[in-house]
Amino acid sequence: MLGRTANGLFWMFRYLERAENTARLLDAGLRMALTRDLVTAEEEWRSVIATAGQRVGYEAKHATYTGMQTWNHILRDKDNPSSILAMFGQVRQNARQARNAISSELWEAINEPWLEIKDQLAKPVGENRVMDTVATIRRAGTLAHGAMEGSMLRDEGYHFAQAGTFIERGDSIARILDIKYYLLLPSLSYVGSSLDTGQWDQVLRSVSGDRAYRWLNAGQIDARGICEFLILDDGFPRSLAFCHSELRANLAALARLHGQEGVSNSLMREADTRIADLTIEDVFDQGLHEFLVDFMASNVAIGQAIATDYRFLA
Amino acid sequence: MTGSADYFDEMRKPDGGVRDAYAGYCQWFDGQDNALLRRKHAEAETNFRKTGITFNVYGENEAEERLIPFDMVPRVISAAEWRKLTRGIEQRVSALNAFMHDLYHRQEIIRAGRIPERLFSNNAAWLPHMVGFTPPGGIYTHIVGIDLVRTGPDEFYVLEDNARTPSGVSYMLENRETMMAMFPELFMRVPVEQVSDYPRRLAKSLAACAPDCTRGKPVVAVLTPGIYNSAYFEHAFLADQMGAELVEGSDLRVVDGRVAMRTTHGYQPVDVIYRRVDDEFLDPLSFNEDSVLGVPGIMDVYRSGGVTIANAPGTGVADDKAIYSFMPEIVEFYTGEKPLLPNVETHRCADEESCKYVLDNLAELVVKEVHGSGGYGMLIGPTATKKEIEEFRRKIVDKPWNYIAQPTLALSTCPIFTKKGLVPRHVDLRPFVLVSPDKIDITPGGLTRVALKEGSLVVNSSQGGGTKDTWVLKD
Repeated sequence: MLGRTANGLFWMFRYLERAENTARLLDAGLRMALTRDLVTAEEEWRSVIATAGQRVGYEAKHATYTGMQTWNHILRDKDNPSSILAMFGQVRQNARQARNAISSELWEAINEPWLEIKDQLAKPVGENRVMDTVATIRRAGTLAHGAMEGSMLRDEGYHFAQAGTFIERGDSIARILDIKYYLLLPSLSYVGSSLDTGQWDQVLRSVSGDRAYRWLNAGQIDARGICEFLILDDGFPRSLAFCHSELRANLAALARLHGQEGVSNSLMREADTRIADLTIEDVFDQGLHEFLVDFMASNVAIGQAIATDYRFLA
Repeated sequence: MTGSADYFDEMRKPDGGVRDAYAGYCQWFDGQDNALLRRKHAEAETNFRKTGITFNVYGENEAEERLIPFDMVPRVISAAEWRKLTRGIEQRVSALNAFMHDLYHRQEIIRAGRIPERLFSNNAAWLPHMVGFTPPGGIYTHIVGIDLVRTGPDEFYVLEDNARTPSGVSYMLENRETMMAMFPELFMRVPVEQVSDYPRRLAKSLAACAPDCTRGKPVVAVLTPGIYNSAYFEHAFLADQMGAELVEGSDLRVVDGRVAMRTTHGYQPVDVIYRRVDDEFLDPLSFNEDSVLGVPGIMDVYRSGGVTIANAPGTGVADDKAIYSFMPEIVEFYTGEKPLLPNVETHRCADEESCKYVLDNLAELVVKEVHGSGGYGMLIGPTATKKEIEEFRRKIVDKPWNYIAQPTLALSTCPIFTKKGLVPRHVDLRPFVLVSPDKIDITPGGLTRVALKEGSLVVNSSQGGGTKDTWVLKD
């Protein structure tokens, strides 16, 4: 496979994951806004923008935080390079670029929702449409992953796509946890308390983990339990441990297909030793923020090593 | 709908009767519900959008993707008509290939005084780099599109030769797929020759032209300018269907005397490059030094036999409309036979006498730039305004050698489907021809382009033309 094509597949799935995660975040914010008073809602939208990493761009254009402004900024603002519209455009562009390395089913699973999303985001999105739009975007992700699972050859292309997905997903979960932890806990003495279950519930919602968590913990919500779930529960597909072990499998498959290991494999092994046998107590002893920053840095390094190992760029 | 006395209608005779080739189709059509057909018509467009069969229009927003309108009434050619066309096309294509070889070697045709030297000495498509060099297998024009027009029951003319990089073959394939998906029962009733194995034929034909240094199965790659090119869909489609790599210039470089592509395993040699970039962008060392689409040094590798480039650089000479005007002489010179497919009568403004005739009859003629393509920069006398005619008159007087003129042809019509039912519109036909040392291979079918506006004679997609599925009937 061409290095450029591998790069296209990798980024196609990173952007898809990013768009989908942003949509989840928005979904959780909408849910929150519906159940809170206006003042809390404003805080909530501020937090959504911050978690999406779009604060600077947003505040350059708006002095206040309202739902309508926030979701239109995140969904479709033309000055926002990280808008969902722009990200999905990147997904499709990378899919076109790698067109002959993906199945027709996958191509259509990208192209058809793209036409719909583009259409839905052509005009400002009002209150009556925003839920539908967010649902369309989330469905697009599901459709694409389903088409890939069901129709794509398990060759290197598949593993590049999967590696992109899990690097992006791990990064996004770590970022949500990191930002939320500081935003939601005014002082460290609150750590471990059940101060604001609504806020933590929302963290779970933004990674679609509320139901699974309740199932496992019989409805008891506390920061430590949620962190343990999102960091260490390798049965939950949106936990750091799950992303880590999927990525490990993809990198091993790539090394096997290429008959040799690269820098990405040794970085992965280093990361393995850091996360093996880890307990949530260890994480808190080390400091959650420090742990997450380490995780994100290692994720970035592995991503860069993949690009070098497999000659993504000339 | 009845035929018109002014134009040859391919479906209807002037008395309203149905011609034989269309009998099966019309019988089916008459049994169809009009509302259902209208719905199918709308469905077809959705289907094209969904699968991404789009093209970008030059001069418009780069990201803007357009659909070429598709008409669901097929254009039908009988087996006997097709056999005849095939013989004419084979003859013309072998002559073109021999002409290319001669032009870049001994130039016998010029020595024999059959065509003037100035024709290519001031032709920008003529490449000095190709002089004295013979491409692998001796093939210059691996893929050719011959544009044909029809004016009567037995009258087909060649309007243009596309020897450089003919496009549109993906529409031939996708139009058929769409028709089969919409009207499967139609294909059970009417026996139509298949076109779907074109990509396989193309892959085979290209592999047969691989250079001698090829080890094992030839590695074929399609070279595209990238996703913003108007025909990118087609490049990706063909690569996908052939199982070939789709490469851009930045994926290729010269490694150890071969052209190699950057794969995840490292650089691997490519044997045959089906390039969809123009000559001038192929090699920044040899041609346009600003080009980022090409591969530095590829021409050196090519000349030392390390790679096959299809079509060969420098074949664009044959697309020149002044050369076209000499095609009857060219065919006769290299094949020793009279041309089976006639040219459209062509006046070269470079000749003083012809030029005078053209200037005196501008209102009746079609005037074209010799290097023009895509329906740009032409004058259609009978539909032009006085102002347009006067503008062209000035252009011709200024640079007579830049223009040729042809009579306005009474292009045949074929019905298209509209809200008001079937109405006749003018069509042309581009069959696709593959050339290898093994054979000349013509896929039974082609791209039918149709002028959607009433009375219009311009079928180019860039000028609002549409396409049809083209049927060659089985015997």
